[in-house]
Amino acid sequence: MANVALRNVRKTYLGGFEAIKGIDFEVGDGQFCVLVGPSGCGKSTLLRMVAGLETITGGEIDIGGRVVNQIEPADRDIAMVFQNYALYPHMSVYNNMAYGLRNRRMAEGEIKTRVEEAARILELGAMLERKPRQLSGGQRQRVAMGRAIVRQPKVFLFDEPLSNLDAKLRIAMRVEIRKLQRRLSTTSIYVTHDQLEAMTLADILVVMNGGQVEQIGNPLEIYQKPATTFVASFIGAPPMNLMPLRSELKSQLAGDARAAEAGIIGIRPEDFVISNQTVSGGVALGLTVEAIERVGAETFLYGTRQQEMQGVAATPGELPPGEIIVRIPGAVGPAIGERIRAVAAPDKLHLFTADGRKRVS
Amino acid sequence: MEKSTVFNNRLLPYLLLLPQLVITVVFFYWPASQAIWQSFLREDAFGLVSEFVGLENYQALFAQPEYYRSMLTTVIFSTLVAALSLSIALLFATQADKNLKAAPAYKTLMIWPYAVAPAVAGVLWFFMFQPSLGMLARPLRGMGLDWNPLLNENHAMMLVVMASVWKQISYNFLFFLAGLQSIPKSVIEAGAIDGARPVRRFWTIIFPLLSPTTFFLLVVNVVYVFFDTFGIIDAVTGGGPAGATTTMVYKVYADGRLGGDLGGSAAQSVVLMVIVIALTAIQFRYVERKVQY
Repeated sequence: MANVALRNVRKTYLGGFEAIKGIDFEVGDGQFCVLVGPSGCGKSTLLRMVAGLETITGGEIDIGGRVVNQIEPADRDIAMVFQNYALYPHMSVYNNMAYGLRNRRMAEGEIKTRVEEAARILELGAMLERKPRQLSGGQRQRVAMGRAIVRQPKVFLFDEPLSNLDAKLRIAMRVEIRKLQRRLSTTSIYVTHDQLEAMTLADILVVMNGGQVEQIGNPLEIYQKPATTFVASFIGAPPMNLMPLRSELKSQLAGDARAAEAGIIGIRPEDFVISNQTVSGGVALGLTVEAIERVGAETFLYGTRQQEMQGVAATPGELPPGEIIVRIPGAVGPAIGERIRAVAAPDKLHLFTADGRKRVS
Repeated sequence: MEKSTVFNNRLLPYLLLLPQLVITVVFFYWPASQAIWQSFLREDAFGLVSEFVGLENYQALFAQPEYYRSMLTTVIFSTLVAALSLSIALLFATQADKNLKAAPAYKTLMIWPYAVAPAVAGVLWFFMFQPSLGMLARPLRGMGLDWNPLLNENHAMMLVVMASVWKQISYNFLFFLAGLQSIPKSVIEAGAIDGARPVRRFWTIIFPLLSPTTFFLLVVNVVYVFFDTFGIIDAVTGGGPAGATTTMVYKVYADGRLGGDLGGSAAQSVVLMVIVIALTAIQFRYVERKVQY
């Protein structure tokens, strides 16, 4: 059991490319921390630095009160689950799990107890003699988990462990991983690019972009109060609607004290209501419905604003200028080509500075 | 599931196979059958008359003590060359697989010897170790070692082994390097996290995963030492001194080409062919089974 602390951690490659630009956060004992961000944001590199597979070129990584910068992966008392599982193809499932214990010269009797216990938890009992190639993707994934848990390490590291599974299995394994982690209460760091996985698994969510932390916090808090426009559009699906705060919108917000400092306004698709009423202090947008997605329990309307907007600061995942997504419950709604009025209450408005780097509150 | 395409044209598959079949027939089956036929004949000294003698050539062959000696020489020579060229190449390949700046240049240099013809390689080594002139032989003699591959049988054997190993390392190196690079990096990283030190990681993960490559190279190397080292032996020692480096394939040449005993020489090549086929069959039957994972 241990906490993990990163203090001003940096990674600069030989060519001068800065992959990690100074990251600070702490994961408490037994907590589940998720690093999320688009590909290339440095989240995997950061995890590999914690594991000891990448050198740390600046700052400190502390595991259980011990700075591990110069310590070999084997001596950091961590276990890692890789994206491609990285099972030893020539070893049976049993030996895959026993390998790490044998390297640490544990008695065969104790190894047997631990492997069988892990196999029982992960329902791998019938497969101990099989080779990895005889297993399905989900089973391989469980062997990789088993290899991590038999070691009873201080920290579990997960590098996108579910991205090679199909959608259904991914959801099932997601729940399983969370249950297992609760039960063992081992400190965990989990890397993913899937914001849904991040939201559902995390005690602490770290949103990364371009080698930096955009926001750290409890997932719901991040969803409710994104600190930057990047976080606003990355967390939540479909993404938050972001619009430059210009003439017409600005006049609607005349009473809002925040509007003076703000340059961008954000509204989540689920926070709109289709109505002819005006909400005092809120925002109303006139839209023409261009496309409709009916998912059953809810419907997404893709509309364009009558006054086409241009030149929005484009962040990844953001909508094209002038396009707005509105989520309405149920399957009944307007038809394509219809003109609607989407209204959002004042407490549903997210305001950001013009560069998108700061939330105005 | 394997996908298969159905060709309606009945001739096309055979037509596509034809070039390979022609090569195999012209360069293997035809000479091999000639050798078998020859091994039952005896020619007179001028090569004018051939007489069918049945198994007489074989009887004469197995009555020769020199033939058994060449078998022993072959066993020693091939074991040394195969073992050394495989292990040294593996060592070099593991070094080249590391993330070093000079790795590409190193790899290129490693591959060059393969482009040198066996006879040229032989001459090169012969000159380097020629007792009175050789640039490497002189320091050896200077150190008080009575180095003389022209007279000392062990020295001669060492020299042909060195030259043959040097020639074969490139080939083995290339395959080992490719084999190493096909092992997923994450498997090795998992081993590191699982507490295996580099040496243990090598023997418990990398080496077992390389075994299909090693097996393939073993087969290729055995064929190499049996046949392709001929040029090197001919250039370095000519089978001498006193037959110390006369391997079976060199004896085929010496008896047939130099000694004029075509029938006996043919009988030897038939024996050699049988041995190599048997060795390869054994390797496939027993070793290959153990290298699958």
